[in-house]
Amino acid sequence: MDLTQWLVTIGGLALAGAVLWYFFAPVAGEGASVGRAAPVAAGAPQSVDVVVEGGYSPATIALAAGQPTRLNFTRQEDSDCSAELLIPDFHIRRELPAFQTTTIELPAAPAGTYPFTCGMGMLKGRLVVT
Amino acid sequence: MTSPEPAPTPTTTATLPIEGMTCASCANFVQRALTKTPGVRTASVNYATEKATVEFDPAAVSPAGLRAAVEGAGYGVGPEPAAPPAQSGGAAQPAAEAADTTDARKAAAYAALRRRFWVAAALTAVVMPLSMLAMTDWAMARVPMAALNWLLLVLTLPVLLYSGRSFFVAAWKTFRHRTATMDTLVAVGTGAAFLYSLLATVAPGWLTRRGVPADVYYDTTATIITLILLGKLLEARAKARTGEAIKKLVGLGAKTARVVRPDGSEVEVAIGQLQIGDEVAVRPGEKIATDGVVLTGASAVNEAMLTGESLPVEKSAGDEVFGATLNTTGALRFRVTKVGADTLLASIVRLVEDAQGSRAPIQRLADRVSGIFVPVVVVIAVLAFVAWFDLSPAGQRLPMALQAFVAVLIIACPCALGLATPTAIMVGTGRAAARGILIRSAESLERAYAVNTVLLDKTGTLTKGEPAVTDFSPLPGQDGAHLLALAAAVERHSEHPLAQAVVRYAEATATPRLDAAVADFQAHTGRGAGATVAGQAVLIGSERLLTEAGVTIPPAVRAATDRLRADARTVLLLAVDGQPVGVFGVADVVRDSSAEAVARLHQMGLDVVMLPGDNATTAAAIARQVGITRTFADALPADKAGKVAELQAEGRIVAMVGDGLNDAPALARADVGLAVGTGTDVAAEAAGITLLRGEVGGVAEAIDLSRRTMRVIRQNLFFAFIYNALGIPIAAGVLYPVTGWLLSPMIAAAAMALSSVSVLTNSLRLRGNA
Repeated sequence: MDLTQWLVTIGGLALAGAVLWYFFAPVAGEGASVGRAAPVAAGAPQSVDVVVEGGYSPATIALAAGQPTRLNFTRQEDSDCSAELLIPDFHIRRELPAFQTTTIELPAAPAGTYPFTCGMGMLKGRLVVT
Repeated sequence: MTSPEPAPTPTTTATLPIEGMTCASCANFVQRALTKTPGVRTASVNYATEKATVEFDPAAVSPAGLRAAVEGAGYGVGPEPAAPPAQSGGAAQPAAEAADTTDARKAAAYAALRRRFWVAAALTAVVMPLSMLAMTDWAMARVPMAALNWLLLVLTLPVLLYSGRSFFVAAWKTFRHRTATMDTLVAVGTGAAFLYSLLATVAPGWLTRRGVPADVYYDTTATIITLILLGKLLEARAKARTGEAIKKLVGLGAKTARVVRPDGSEVEVAIGQLQIGDEVAVRPGEKIATDGVVLTGASAVNEAMLTGESLPVEKSAGDEVFGATLNTTGALRFRVTKVGADTLLASIVRLVEDAQGSRAPIQRLADRVSGIFVPVVVVIAVLAFVAWFDLSPAGQRLPMALQAFVAVLIIACPCALGLATPTAIMVGTGRAAARGILIRSAESLERAYAVNTVLLDKTGTLTKGEPAVTDFSPLPGQDGAHLLALAAAVERHSEHPLAQAVVRYAEATATPRLDAAVADFQAHTGRGAGATVAGQAVLIGSERLLTEAGVTIPPAVRAATDRLRADARTVLLLAVDGQPVGVFGVADVVRDSSAEAVARLHQMGLDVVMLPGDNATTAAAIARQVGITRTFADALPADKAGKVAELQAEGRIVAMVGDGLNDAPALARADVGLAVGTGTDVAAEAAGITLLRGEVGGVAEAIDLSRRTMRVIRQNLFFAFIYNALGIPIAAGVLYPVTGWLLSPMIAAAAMALSSVSVLTNSLRLRGNA
């Protein structure tokens, strides 16, 4: 192997490692991107806005247990990948029209973590109910 | 937009469109300004949606005060957006309108996609032959390569920047979220091929000086984008059809109703304005607007769109009617009992949507794979690049490595994996709903697939559920027609189902009516009835009724009653002026379709077992008629769940067919519960599947459809896994040392475009009949 080959090999392996790290390493400081529902009176729906653009912002949504929830998903793109939203625990599969806000109403849920994803499970977010 | 909350506290929530925010810290600033305003309880400002949600005490601060607070902070409040459609009232109606606008938007998106495809296709049609021409010796000798490369660059740029732009934009956006999707693969694959070509065009000398051929891959770039757009186009078309069934259901709802005013006049109102308690008139040929109870009139109503039952159902005063069904022959007036989201149609739509949103357990592996799929493919592509770079001959190392790198990225198809299960479930549950079979979730579908034993509860599913006279024997020397007329005259005054059976029998045999001559009618609860008809004392009822009235039962009558009881008939005795004169045999009759349906279940390899209900002899007789060989001899109605468990203990996977309300424990205990209901109990929680047609034929159909859906899912998943498991290594070049195959990225793009379309097309097969 000549020098170029050594450089390409080392560079390639480093790149592969970087890809794995970038996409799979647990994200530090995740707490910073937590969306929290404004507190509301008992029984009234709590409401959170989520922007859908290559992912969900915020991706972690803190909710109060025992209260119905309104999630307002605003899809700011027309890539097919984010066209569908799944919240499997609530049996929800909903289309999110591009450049529009889609409101999803959830019944009051017990404490727990409920993931939500795009139609193919690549974009991820979660509802943390406490 | 202000909307009072139904909360016990006297606060109001308002959403204000905020203008002038340029960054996230602006949002914080506005939020602080609002929160500090007296009377505001909470405020949250979203930078992305440019909206502030404020909860405030309307007694302390007005919406104008909120506006002032925002403006005081240096921002503006925009005009209020139009109010969204009201949640209450005719929910099916706004849903239909929403579906219309969604359709329009989808059509626009589809048109845009098609435009992008055609631009790409047209340019590729020029780029491809030019690139091939450039490789011929004839062209190499005559055409200056540099000029040709510049021409190809100019032709490829629009493909990349117009047709393919969305891949790059989406890939960048997901990258920032530390996720990767199909867009990532396309963007990196085409981007790599394009950037190398760009370098070879702009600075060919820089490459050749380093011993690298200054080849261009514009044809690869353009072809990949064109083929993937073609795949998306086909996919969008097929996908739209997977949701057709539910769209059809939503579209069934009536748009207007003819309400009868107290003064008797009729006015046409929009469906959303209909109130519970309104009286609605329906003419022949009109759609019934919503759910209600018939007040006057008689007609046959076609309910096929909801229940799948092809024969029209007779309706008269007191019967339930359902919105979206079609009135055929007569005029009806009905009282509205349900509107909007509470109607049967709305519950069906909700149930089907719910099922389509559920995930099948079989999908779990595919989900786990697609979650990590794209980054893993990128790593494989990088490793393939390195391997080819290290192992190829010096002059060929970069082109070979690049080709493998791009081919791996492009052939990988996470979409086929992601579409395999949900599309089949959407088509399967939609098809089922159109046949009056409501499947609660993908999981029930998956469990129905494995069923090998069907436990039937006799009543309702196999029989018509109403008794009918099967035998009438007058004693020798009596005038049968006259006796029947006497009996019917008495029974017409009784509400009892057995009495109604006698009346129907008399009417069916065109017996003359003696109604005017009836006097002194008396009902003897649990035993029968009596009256004086045309001066004759008539008694009809059980043996006990006659004995108590002092009538002696002669041996000939006793022999007749014993014979009927042995045949599982209920016996009614008729006495006139204190003398027994005739015997009726009454039984619940078997539906014509039951034997055929049971035979079909047997044919499907299912064991059919029957629960006897409260009369073992009757049950045995019915079982004989429909061809069921196994019945439980001694089950009490309360012990149905126990019988389900007993069958499960034999290692069977049991589908219990029963009444949604009364058999809930047994339905829940079974591996799959099939509730036979007529509309009202659609939401029976215990059942995984609800049959809107009250007959056993639906059971066979439901199980058959589950089996076909699961078969399609398995085929799809197998195909998607195999496709990727074979495609990716071949694209990486593992076959090269053996066969010399190295996949062209263009072939990879074609394969990828076809793979997700194949999965979709396979799912769409479920729309047809078996």
